Amino acid sequence: MSVPNGHADDDRDAPLLEVENLRTKFATETGELVAVDGVDFTVEDGETVCIVGESGSGKTVATESITRLVRSPPATITGSARYRGRDLLTMPSKELRSVRGANIAHIFQNPQEAMNHCFTVGWQIVEAIHVHEDVPKEEARERAVDLMDRVGIANASSRFDDYPHEFSGGQKQRVMIAMALVGNPDLLIADEPTTALDVTVQAQILELLDDLQDEYGMGILLVTHDLGVVAQIADRIVVMYAGKVMERGDVYDIFERPAHPYTQALMRCLPGKGDDTRGIAGSLPDPTNPPDGCRFAPRCEHAIGECEIGDQPEEISVGGDHQVSCVFYQQGYDNETVRDRTLEGDTTDERGVSDD
Amino acid sequence: MTDEPILQVRGLKKHYPIRKGLLNRQVGAAKAVDGISFDIERGETLGLVGESGCGKSTAATSIVRLEDPTDGEVIFNGGGRAGATRGEDGFHPNDVTRFDKKELKAFRRDVQMVFQDPSSSFDPRMTVGGSVAEMLLVHGMTDKHRRRAIVEDLLERVGLSAEDYDRYPHEFSGGQKQRIALARALVLNPELVVADEPVSALDISIKAEILGLINDLQEEFGLSLLFISHDMSVIREVCDRVAVMYLGEIVEIGDTDEVFANPQHPYTEALLSSIPEPDPRATREQIELTGTVPDPVNPPSGCRFHTRCHKVVQPDDLDLDQSVWRALITFRYQLRADDIDVEKIRENAGAEDAVREEIRTEFDLPQRISDPEVEETLGRALDRIVDDDVEGAADLLDEEFVTPCEKTHPEYTEHGDGHISACILHDDQVRSEVPADD
Repeated sequence: MSVPNGHADDDRDAPLLEVENLRTKFATETGELVAVDGVDFTVEDGETVCIVGESGSGKTVATESITRLVRSPPATITGSARYRGRDLLTMPSKELRSVRGANIAHIFQNPQEAMNHCFTVGWQIVEAIHVHEDVPKEEARERAVDLMDRVGIANASSRFDDYPHEFSGGQKQRVMIAMALVGNPDLLIADEPTTALDVTVQAQILELLDDLQDEYGMGILLVTHDLGVVAQIADRIVVMYAGKVMERGDVYDIFERPAHPYTQALMRCLPGKGDDTRGIAGSLPDPTNPPDGCRFAPRCEHAIGECEIGDQPEEISVGGDHQVSCVFYQQGYDNETVRDRTLEGDTTDERGVSDD
Repeated sequence: MTDEPILQVRGLKKHYPIRKGLLNRQVGAAKAVDGISFDIERGETLGLVGESGCGKSTAATSIVRLEDPTDGEVIFNGGGRAGATRGEDGFHPNDVTRFDKKELKAFRRDVQMVFQDPSSSFDPRMTVGGSVAEMLLVHGMTDKHRRRAIVEDLLERVGLSAEDYDRYPHEFSGGQKQRIALARALVLNPELVVADEPVSALDISIKAEILGLINDLQEEFGLSLLFISHDMSVIREVCDRVAVMYLGEIVEIGDTDEVFANPQHPYTEALLSSIPEPDPRATREQIELTGTVPDPVNPPSGCRFHTRCHKVVQPDDLDLDQSVWRALITFRYQLRADDIDVEKIRENAGAEDAVREEIRTEFDLPQRISDPEVEETLGRALDRIVDDDVEGAADLLDEEFVTPCEKTHPEYTEHGDGHISACILHDDQVRSEVPADD
C-alpha cells in the first residue's frame, strides 16, 4: 500500500526537516507583526520534537509556515525549511502540493473544525486518498477502512458511512490521524492534538501516536503547551517565547536541568512542582513592538540591564545539544544566578500513586 | 455558627426524557445524573471529577437549579437559613428543589456559578464593568455610583485595574476574562460558588495563575466551592475532598490526599494513571481505559464501570489470567453490540481456522485458554460466528461468561475518615475469593 514518496532531488542524507532562520511577518494596521522571529530546528527520521510555549508565542505559526499553510500575503515568510534538502519555502506550489500530505501531514487541535460535517468520514478519507493517487473507488474505500482500523476505530467498515457528529471527540481525532496517514508521510506535524480531549482519551491518542511512530518510523513535530504530554512523548524539545527560541535540548536536559528562566517558570506552573502556583507574572509582549534584548526580560525575575539591550542573546551550549539563549550563560556572568536547583535532579515520583 | 454543611445533596437525579412518535410518548430517559449524594462543609472545596459525558455539568446545573432535577434533595443551609430542621411533612424547608420564586431569587444571590469558556459567558456588547454591575442591579442596588465603586474595587481584587470597567470583553485575554468571571461570581458576596471547568480552556501558565487566585479568593471571602473538572492534576491542586463520578453515579469520595494516595475504585485508579507525568523518566504502568463512557440511556447493569474495568471480577469457579477475563468480557459485549465484522475477517483470513485465529488476535484472546471449560465454550462461540450465527454466539457468551459485577449494584464501603467507594471488590465475600492482586 505504500506510495513512492521519493523525489529525484531528495537528499537522503539531509535531515528530514531542517528549519533555518524562519521568520513570519504579518502586515497589520498597527505595524509589522513578527510572529516567528528567526527560529531554527531540525527533525530527524523517527524522532519526536516538541515545540513548547504559551499561547501566542508563535508555535503554531512556525509549524504552519513550514508547509506554507499560512497564507502569503498577508504573511511574509523568509528563511528556509528544507525537507530532505529541498526548500519548501521556495519550491513551486505544484511541487509543494505533492509534498503536503504525501511527505508531510498535519493534524490540528480541534477535530470538529477540521472535518466537513456534511460528508461522511469515510468519504473524507477517500477524498484525501484521491488527492494523492488515482486509484479505483473500491480500492480507495478499502484502504480507508484499513486506516480507520489501524488508528483504532472499532468496526471500521460499518463506521465508514457515519458522519463526524456520530463520532466522539477522541474518535474524530483518530479519524484525523487516519487521514494524515493516507500518504504514508515521513513527517507528521501535530498541533496540540490532545488539548481538546479528555485526560483518558488523551492518554489513548498519545499511545496511538507512539505506536504509529514505531510502525512507520516517521518523525513527529508536536506543538503543545502541556509539559506533561511533552515529557511522555518527546525526544527533543524546543522552548519558544514571543517568536524566539529560548532553550533547546533533549527531554532529560529540559526537564532535569532547565536552564532558561522561562523554561523554569513553565516548569513551576506544573501542579506539584515548585512551592506555589502563581503562574508567570505579566503577559507576552506586544508582537508588533517586541522589547529589545531578551524577549522574556520584562517578565524575568533575574533580569539585569544587559538583558534589555541589543538582540536576543546568542544560544550558548550548556552541555552537548542543550542550548540556552540567556545573558547569564555568556562569558563574564555567573549562571548560578538563574539556575533553579529546586527543579533539578528531582526525578522522584511525588504523586504517591502506587505502581501496581 | 452551626457546624452543619452548607450544602447537602441527597439522591439527586436528572433524567432527560426521550420522546417518540405521534403522541410524544416517553420511550426512555437519558440518566445524566442518577442518584448522587454528598455534603460540602463551610469553607471547603469539593472536587467533582470524571470523563466527558459522566454527568458532572448536569449535576452542577441541577444543584443551582438552572435545570429542575428529576428527583432528590438539595439542601442549602447558607443565606441565613442555618439551623432549619425537617418539617413534619418530611420536607426540608431549605430544599432548593422546592424553593418558590422568591426563595430562589435569594438563593441565587448566595450561590454563584463560573463557567468553562469565559469568551461565551460575557455579552460582547456590554462593558465588562456593566456585566458585573448588572448582578447588583438585579438584586436591588439602584445607586449607580455605589455599584461602580463596588465593581471597581472587585476588579482590583481579582488582579485587574479599576479602569478596565469601561472596556469590552474582546479587549481581554482568556485569563483576564476568567478573572472578570470570578469578579462577577463574587460581586454579590456568595457563600457557595460552583465552578464548572473554570481552567480547562486556559493555557498552562494562566491556569496556574487562576488556580492561585481561586485559592486566595476562597480564603479572603470564606467561600465554599464545588469545583468541577476532568483534570485530576487540577483537582489535587485546589480541592479538600474529591468525588469521582462515572455515568451519573459517584463511585468514590474522600479526602483528596487519601483518594490520590489510596484509590479504592478501579475507575479512580485509571483516572489517576492517565495524568501525564511531567517527568520523562517516569515509567509508570498505565491503565488504559478502552472506549468511552457508555450511553446513559441504557447504562450497563450492576456496576456501570464493569464494561471497561481492568479489575472486572471473575465468577467463583474461574481462575483465569485477569487480562484474558477482561478480553472475554470485552469480546462478549462487542459481539452483542455487533461491533465485529465477520465478513471482513473472513476476507482477510480465508480458511475457517484462520478466521478463528484472526478473531482471537483481534480481541486479544490467547490462541488457547488455560481453563479447558472456558476454551471449550469460546470454541463453540467461534464456531457459531464462523457459521454466521453471531446472535447465537452472543447468546452463548452472555450465558457462560457472567461477571458478578453485572449482577449486583455495588454498595458503598467505608474506608475510614469519610472515604467511601462503590466496588464489589470491597464486599467481604467477594474479596475473600479474589486474591489481592495489588
